[in-house]
Amino acid sequence: MHWKSIAMALLACGLGCAPAAAQGAKPNDAQIAHIAYTAGQIDIDAAQLALKKSKSKEVRAFAEDMLRDHKAVNEKALALVKKLKVTPQDNDTSKSLVKQAKDKQAELQKLDGAAFDKAYTANEVAFHKTVNGALESTLIPSAANAELKDLLGTGLKIFEGHQQHAEHVLADLK
Amino acid sequence: MWSKPLLSACLAIVAAATPAAAATVRITVTKLTFEPAQVTAHVGDTIEWVNADFLAHSATDRKKQWDLFIAPSKKAQVALKQSGEIDYYCRFHPNMVGHISVVAP
Repeated sequence: MHWKSIAMALLACGLGCAPAAAQGAKPNDAQIAHIAYTAGQIDIDAAQLALKKSKSKEVRAFAEDMLRDHKAVNEKALALVKKLKVTPQDNDTSKSLVKQAKDKQAELQKLDGAAFDKAYTANEVAFHKTVNGALESTLIPSAANAELKDLLGTGLKIFEGHQQHAEHVLADLK
Repeated sequence: MWSKPLLSACLAIVAAATPAAAATVRITVTKLTFEPAQVTAHVGDTIEWVNADFLAHSATDRKKQWDLFIAPSKKAQVALKQSGEIDYYCRFHPNMVGHISVVAP
């Protein structure tokens, strides 16, 4: 199926093989903050698209949850970088995330009804999986500031919850 | 003045004679965990969840008897009406789970 190949591509070429990671360069806190914030914003945008397009009660409820949680996490992240006087720094990983998300949005835009619901939810599973993998393997271990590390750790638990939630919604759609 | 053993004995009698008053069992929701995750309470007691996270959570009974929304920094309560084992979770973050053993009063 098409969404499966997209999901696989995302997994295979997500944060893990983004240029910064590929070069073995450890992202600094300003870059980590930017990556985390960008990932949150991508999911907010996806949720807003779902609320525009989906008629499924369960999918809409899930999208509302994503909107609420990712907004809360990003507000927390902004407050923290302000407190730490860190300016989030754009980087290749963020850029590659944005590019992938843009392509995905364009693809989702063309779908409607059950096809949209499945593609959106499957992408939510894949996207959270990718972000969680990156948090665990790269972002959390690389974070120098203890408060940033702590927030990323909480973020990982939140997004693991989202991944499970998305898996449940996807199972119900089948 | 009362001797210590006498005072202790009186207190023990008072304690034994008082029927178990309904209590509130508090569970803190922090960093995506219910703490403590396992509690034992009596029929008639109230469970109170205090959300210390900056996110909304839910306490949702797997058997769908109740489903509480717990806004950030807010509380939610449920009264225990019958004995039994209750498994609950957070609908928004299903990796958050808890258990309540409800025993006779």
